[in-house]
Amino acid sequence: MTTQADTNLATGVNASAEARTGALIALLLGAFLVFTTGFAYSSTLHNAAHDTRHAVAFPCH
Amino acid sequence: MITRILSVGLLAGLLAGLAVAALQHFTTTPLILKAESFENAPSAPEKHATSWMMGEARLILVHANKPSSEAGAENEWAPHDGWERTAFTSLATVATGVGFAFILLALMVFARENITLNTGIAWGAAAFVAAGLAPAFGLSPKLPGSATAALEIQQLWWLLTAVVTAIGLACLLRTTSSITRVAGVALIALPHIIGAPQPHELTSAVPAELAGHFAATSLGVQATLWALIGAGIGIFWQWGERSGS
Repeated sequence: MTTQADTNLATGVNASAEARTGALIALLLGAFLVFTTGFAYSSTLHNAAHDTRHAVAFPCH
Repeated sequence: MITRILSVGLLAGLLAGLAVAALQHFTTTPLILKAESFENAPSAPEKHATSWMMGEARLILVHANKPSSEAGAENEWAPHDGWERTAFTSLATVATGVGFAFILLALMVFARENITLNTGIAWGAAAFVAAGLAPAFGLSPKLPGSATAALEIQQLWWLLTAVVTAIGLACLLRTTSSITRVAGVALIALPHIIGAPQPHELTSAVPAELAGHFAATSLGVQATLWALIGAGIGIFWQWGERSGS
């Protein structure tokens, strides 16, 4: 018989070192992407992402 | 596991970003283009002004991003209006979507969340509150041509608000201790007690109706982006469960 705990174990995230490593890589990649599109001062990046910065309400000017 | 986390984040962010890029094309982008037509109207005396000192704060009424026809004169690259501008806007939105999805999924994994469609949407809603609603409470979504405080201090306040609100929500929703919950409420309130950086004079080259419409539309677009990212994470993570990875 499958208990709720078993289901959670099966579908939940196994907090192994590998999962934490994957999450850390994802966090760093995500922060880099968001910084590039939303925060970088380069005028080229600003102009390319301009309408998105306004639409997503990142401070733009 | 690493491959799974990255592929789920990439797929969820990619699809949400593409959907929202299409939504932007019909909602926020036309309002931005209209605002630029007011901003660059010949009658505006401040047409070429980009910033000046006013009291202690730098007042910026702009912007530096002229229409593509003027971009060359400033020797700064900018996409040409039309398909090129749309393509770069879409690319930036997709990249933002993937970035947000990676961050959200990483936090769910760190929190040992049971990742399903329901929890994905719930985390997406919380992320919208932290990175959309709370910053907008102090720094409302703005059209080009609106007065703003210095960019650096706005960015700092935005980041502080998003991070502190996320921690506050976690204290509020993921604990049972009353003290921790009160601390969570205090954390959520903190950036607003400090106060968002504001220009000394609230001026704008665009009509208030347009600015108000844009602020509401922007929040809708952000809510859609986060909801789709959260749902995508839940769905694609479950696909991985079924395929036994």
